[in-house]
Amino acid sequence: MASNDMTSNETAKHGPGGAGTGAHGAGPDIDQETLLQHEKDTLTHTPVHLMELEAVGKHYGNIIALTEVTMAVDMGRVTCVLGDNGAGKSTLIKIIAGLHQHDEGTFKIMGEERRLGSPREALDAGIAAVYQDLAVVGLMPIWRNFFLGSEITIGRGPFRRLDVKRMKEVTKSELAQMGIDLRDVEQPVGQLSGGERQCVAIARAVHFGAKALILDEPTAALGVKQSGVVLRYILQARDRGLGVIFITHNPHHAYPVGDRFLLLKRGKSIGYYDKKDITLEELTAQMAGGAELAELAHELEAMGGHGELVDQVQAEVAETTGQTPR
Amino acid sequence: MTTLIKPPPALDERVGRRSMVANLLGRPEIGALVGAIVLFIFFSIVAPVFLQANSFATVLYGSSTIGIMAVGVALLMIGGEFDLSAGVAVISSALTASLFSWYFSTNVWIGVGLALVVSLTIGFVNGWILMKTKLPSFIVTLATFLMLTGLNLALTRLIGGSVATPSIATMDGFASAQAVFSNDFIIAGVDIKSPVFIWIILVAITSWLLLRTRVGNWIFAVGGDANAARAVGVPVRWTKIGLFMGVGFCGWVLGMHNLFAFDAVQSGEGIGNEFLYIIAAVIGGCLLTGGYGSAIGGAIGAFIFGMANKGIVYAQWNPDWFKFFLGLMLLLATIVNLIVKRRADSK
Ligand SMILES: Nc1ncnc2c1ncn2[C@@H]1O[C@H](COP(=O)(O)OP(=O)(O)O)[C@@H](O)[C@H]1O
Ligand SMILES: [Mg+2]
Repeated sequence: MASNDMTSNETAKHGPGGAGTGAHGAGPDIDQETLLQHEKDTLTHTPVHLMELEAVGKHYGNIIALTEVTMAVDMGRVTCVLGDNGAGKSTLIKIIAGLHQHDEGTFKIMGEERRLGSPREALDAGIAAVYQDLAVVGLMPIWRNFFLGSEITIGRGPFRRLDVKRMKEVTKSELAQMGIDLRDVEQPVGQLSGGERQCVAIARAVHFGAKALILDEPTAALGVKQSGVVLRYILQARDRGLGVIFITHNPHHAYPVGDRFLLLKRGKSIGYYDKKDITLEELTAQMAGGAELAELAHELEAMGGHGELVDQVQAEVAETTGQTPR
Repeated sequence: MTTLIKPPPALDERVGRRSMVANLLGRPEIGALVGAIVLFIFFSIVAPVFLQANSFATVLYGSSTIGIMAVGVALLMIGGEFDLSAGVAVISSALTASLFSWYFSTNVWIGVGLALVVSLTIGFVNGWILMKTKLPSFIVTLATFLMLTGLNLALTRLIGGSVATPSIATMDGFASAQAVFSNDFIIAGVDIKSPVFIWIILVAITSWLLLRTRVGNWIFAVGGDANAARAVGVPVRWTKIGLFMGVGFCGWVLGMHNLFAFDAVQSGEGIGNEFLYIIAAVIGGCLLTGGYGSAIGGAIGAFIFGMANKGIVYAQWNPDWFKFFLGLMLLLATIVNLIVKRRADSK
């Protein structure tokens, strides 16, 4: 498989310093090592990142959607991208996934500068994306979705046909391995719950040897419990050695699973932290902009707004700034 | 990645055992099948001639002239697009073959070959413009429909000097081409025309293509959600262009039949037929929004068309009733599809 070639390449590039760092993704026995590596690595000390963006920018016509964004993704690590609506999160991952191309800065994969022309190119480079709005084809059965674009075939020439039986078996067992217990792989994906759908897309990316997995707000439309399920799959993907980019606007989802956090606001990076350098409270405060929230509380009060709402905002101000409400 | 842990071959308790009947009811073409059976019984009662083998062969023939096109159109609709130029494109193909062979006095097979190139090109152009401009296919193919209608009339008059093409019956290769595209096979005393066989073969091949090949998977995907398909690496552009070219190919087959069933073509024909093809596909269970349907469904839709068309004649009614019947069948079959699909999904 192509992914194995890439993996060994990566080992070579790591050189003496990164002893054995590359051999991940081959099986569950690597987990320990991955976790150990965690402790040692810092933002700057990894010799070659799985992916690296430097001062990347993108504009749509005269709309500047992204400027000066720098971040890195490594194997067995979760990089979280946080930001409000319109911050440029989707734009960022569309560049990485080959749907759009950047106009400024450099984008390196395994230390090599790249510009991905199509999702196919990204997939060939081991980057798989699960989009918030386009994950799966609802009317098609689960197994057809699972293998869409990478179908298993038997036979040659004009008699090349789908290996339906094998595809169904693999779908069932891969999903079971991810801990996803599905009723029937013939079921149309549209009948699954939002969380299950995300999980099918994640399991698919993992199965096809993705080395990098991008998740665009997978928890945005989900309830608390379902969000928890998806977060668990993110950790599972990480433990299988994948580099994960997790996009969300919820710091409470990002903090428990993330190793690094990139904060975006109006297309600009307003912070890039290693987990050890930031607490959940700080992250939340950065995200919400504590001062802005306080201002909002005042405004609402001045408008003689609903008491309950004001209380709520004040409580949030308190939470984000660590002060007690008056 | 390499070791696959086999789960127990469990039948999940949450999946109620689906019976054969339930599985059948889940198929896209179920509404059409029910409609076809009802219509068949109905005409068998009101017009007993209907049951004779020869009449049935005539019904099949009538069905095939719609069905051949419905195959391509059904696939295209599953792929999420329309082709309003399909009706006149059939005539464009026939005109190309006959006018070229006549004007240059070549063997008609050369004209037939050129017609294939022209038909595939029309399909390609439709698909290419669609993918380039991202306009709805309704608009793009409406434009090509109008252009082809005009070209058919203008070029035929310019080259042949009349609204119909000159006869090519005496030209080299006519007999052999006729033997392929418009032959009569007498089987057990029943006269079955070649389009019927071509139709059946086309349906068999496309059903296989749709359900058992990668391309088939892609067709469902580009119709169901083109963005999702593109994101997982499906060549959306080429799949859609290929589907339009498929319609072109079917148009060529039917165009050649139209030409060789006689020896000349009327340049003004074909207008309005595109709706018959779309109707056949929709009766057969293809969703207007794409991503769902079957090749068999389109075939059953065409068969319903054939039965209604000829059945009315056998029942000795006024053919004026035909369009009414067609409309009624369209309504009933799509309603049955809807109900059955809802019930099957909720189980
Ligand atoms: N295709 C596009 N054309 C023009 N503007 C766009 C396009 N996609 C996104 N934008 C703009 O770029 C900004 C960032 O959008 P996006 O990356 O989708 O934000 P997020 O995912 O963080 O909510 C927004 O202001 C949005 O309106
Ligand atoms: Mg977004």
